[in-house]
Amino acid sequence: MDLQIIWFVLIAVLFIGYFFLEGFDFGVGILMPFVSKDETDRRVTINTIGPFWDANEVWLITAGGAMFAAFPHWYATLFSGFYLPLLLILLALIVRAVGFEFRSKLHHTWWRKTADHFIFWGSAVPAFLWGVAFTNIVMGLPIGSDMNFTGALLELLNPYALLGGVASLLLFTLHGAIFLSLRTTDELCERVEKVAKWLWLPVGIVLLIFAVSGYRYTVLFDEFGIIPGTLPMIAIVSFVAVYLFIRINRNGWAFAATGSTIVFGSIVVFQGLFPLVMPSTISEEYHLTIYNASSSDLTLTIMSVLALIFIPIILAYQGWSYWVFKERVTRDAIPKD
Amino acid sequence: MEALELARWQFGITTVYHFIFVPLTLGLSILVAILQTFYYKTGDLHYKRLTKYFGKLFVIIFTLGIVTGIVQEFQFGMNWSEYSRFVGDIFGIPLAIEALTAFFIESTFLGLWIFGWTRLSKPVHLACIWLVAIASNLSAVWILMANSWMQVPVGYELVGGRAELADFVAILMNERLLVQMPHTILGGFITGGMFVLGMSGWMILRNKDPEIFLKSAKIALVFTAVASLLTATTGHDQAQDTVQSQPMKMAAMEGLWDTEEPASFSLFAIIDQEERTSKREIRLPYMLSVLAHNNLTAEVRGLNELQAEMEEKHGPGDYMPPVAIIYWSFRIMVGLGMIFIFVSFYGLWLWWKNKLGTRNRFHKVAVSMIFFTFVANTAGWIVAEMGRQPWVVYELLLTADGVSPSVYSSSIWISMAAFGLVYGLLAAAAFYLVWYFGKQGAPEETEGVEKNLHTY
Ligand code: HDD
Ligand code: HEM
Ligand code: HEM
Repeated sequence: MDLQIIWFVLIAVLFIGYFFLEGFDFGVGILMPFVSKDETDRRVTINTIGPFWDANEVWLITAGGAMFAAFPHWYATLFSGFYLPLLLILLALIVRAVGFEFRSKLHHTWWRKTADHFIFWGSAVPAFLWGVAFTNIVMGLPIGSDMNFTGALLELLNPYALLGGVASLLLFTLHGAIFLSLRTTDELCERVEKVAKWLWLPVGIVLLIFAVSGYRYTVLFDEFGIIPGTLPMIAIVSFVAVYLFIRINRNGWAFAATGSTIVFGSIVVFQGLFPLVMPSTISEEYHLTIYNASSSDLTLTIMSVLALIFIPIILAYQGWSYWVFKERVTRDAIPKD
Repeated sequence: MEALELARWQFGITTVYHFIFVPLTLGLSILVAILQTFYYKTGDLHYKRLTKYFGKLFVIIFTLGIVTGIVQEFQFGMNWSEYSRFVGDIFGIPLAIEALTAFFIESTFLGLWIFGWTRLSKPVHLACIWLVAIASNLSAVWILMANSWMQVPVGYELVGGRAELADFVAILMNERLLVQMPHTILGGFITGGMFVLGMSGWMILRNKDPEIFLKSAKIALVFTAVASLLTATTGHDQAQDTVQSQPMKMAAMEGLWDTEEPASFSLFAIIDQEERTSKREIRLPYMLSVLAHNNLTAEVRGLNELQAEMEEKHGPGDYMPPVAIIYWSFRIMVGLGMIFIFVSFYGLWLWWKNKLGTRNRFHKVAVSMIFFTFVANTAGWIVAEMGRQPWVVYELLLTADGVSPSVYSSSIWISMAAFGLVYGLLAAAAFYLVWYFGKQGAPEETEGVEKNLHTY
């Protein structure tokens, strides 16, 4: 197999890992103001992702670094083209991290309120914008002969891309609600379960509209044809399964099922894109593909060896950290200050 | 202003800001790990209290390092897309390895360390903070590998207008890396050491558990004294490498317009770049020859000759970096380096004389040193990065050719304003928190009871 293909797959894996993991902590950040009755609840909610959110974010940093190394043109075109949306994502990630870390350090109400805003917007904005960004990629962009984006920034905010943003925002929120139901207790846990049940239908409707209009707006179905095939089917079945598992109170399984929806949904996006990485709407000649955007074989070989050694190790110790903190966060665990 | 100038300002501002927190992380992580190791070995609660005290401050600083670091990684693509296309083959590797081998460890094990006091066995918990410290310093190695390649490109081949990787080992063993990495990391150790010394001094001055903070002051003194001596010697190594690899930068560091043999070291000068002269100069004879070549009489080439040589090689243009800024930044860094050596050895002498606990003036000076370590680090990077101008990759790619062609100045203005605002607020919040928790002194601990560092 070509090294380019391996690296396309690895970058997809990194982004999908990112969406799966940070997906639920975005969801927790978005839900925090709504599911909490009081200050203690808010702190319980935040502490459910306390030891994890930072490591989850490193999946994005790794995806960015790997993209830079393996497909420099993809990295350069994407990041310079999506300048302002990326700026917003960066600012959101900054205030969110600071919100988590600094919130409980001081007791003033205004301080904690500000931090709550940071956490909510810092989670909601990227959850929305990642959807917008990836939808735009699969729709194709006005990329010119020198591989640079030639459009206006407002074009990125077209209705279909905004729908993609709403879809990712809602899906991550649902994923986060189910995660919370696994990590909290008593009343808070019951409230969160209600939210999950209530969210499922709207999320499903948005996802459905988004997928169906995809036939019209994206490059994806040039590849798939009308009948979606196995992978999209897994995504759909997983999503239906979410509801059934919530109903019979198997929240662990429900979490696996939202995770599987995210994973297979993203796989569909990457598979539909392949072998393009950034389709151009100006001319087929200007498509960025895994071949014309990639690094040299030597670079890809070195990177492959490193990835094969380190990704399993990382998965092992990240898994271990989830195991260390497997107990639910109770209200008693929050200090009275 | 044009997009190019704006992009440069933006890069300079965000990077210098990132590097306020980074060196502190490099040194402080190790010192916290050392304090916890003392606790583990002796069971003395004093060390546990110190670990918690400095650990709390460390986490505040670390958070700012993380959030500003993410910007660093993305802004290459955002503002410098042509540069990214040109170097991606080579430059991306250390960035990706850094994430795989360092950032994952730092973030996972820091979470385990903060929240694991109550859950992990003592040796495992101690291992967590050591992993954080080691990974932080490892991440510095990788990013410096990227930076040193921009200073001295090796192991590449120009293919279709891009630098492609030809020899990975050459990049790993880049002699520039071998001199730059120890110097930068040791500068970070000074920063962490002076921080612990200064905060301890502050507590001693305020009479808050002085007997406890005397212990951390002593550890910090040994650490800083060693680091500051080695920073000076590795800086000297680096200067010798610079004479060879980037003579133009060395000439700018010295404000040396004309080639000299033997060369004298300039102590003071008013530099006039337009007229290409320096006024009111004070020079030490022979000293530059010694510094540059370890030899009393060796030749050191001047800016004018090097400019002519560059024009011959690369065509007409101005190849001189901004001399005055580099000249003075270099003097500030070296001058502060001397002061750090003096302060730390004076502290050791006071300890030897058993006067460390009572010399208030020394502790006041130590507090002020915290600030000067940042000045020294920033000055060092200004020498290194501005001295490389007008090249972004030395002699291969001009900074002007690296900027993103599709990004409007208005977008960069927006991002500068946004980062300026957010970074300003963050700096205020972090400064306040360090002061607030610093002032409180070492938290109480009871024998046999474990509490996590904090709860969100
Ligand atoms: C000499 C050391 C050094 C230098 C020159 C730089 N950094 Fe840095 N960086 C670190 C040393 C470091 C660190 C000490 O390892 C940090 C600070 C806090 C932390 O988590 O790691 C870090 C954090 C950090 C992060 C966040 C990691 C996380 O979330 O865990 C990123 C993405 C970068 N850096 C990227 C960069 C880039 C692209 C740079 C080039 C301009 C750069 N850094 C310069
Ligand atoms: C963290 C420490 C660093 C500091 C404080 C620093 C500082 C600076 C400054 C002040 C400039 C502006 C110079 C000018 O425009 O005249 C600059 C330029 C640049 N530096 Fe660094 N630098 C650091 C590390 C790095 C590293 C590690 C890399 C790469 C891995 C890097 C890549 C660049 C690039 C691409 C430019 C070009 C943009 C420009 O010329 O303005 N820097 N840096
Ligand atoms: C005491 C004598 C010192 C000498 C002779 C010295 C020398 C140097 C030289 C020659 C450079 C390289 C410029 C280049 O060619 O790119 C440099 C860079 C630098 N210095 Fe120093 N330095 C000294 C002290 C310090 C101190 C005390 C600190 C910080 C606490 C420091 C921090 C830095 C940093 C961060 C850089 C930029 C990165 C690099 O190129 O290594 N230096 N120094």
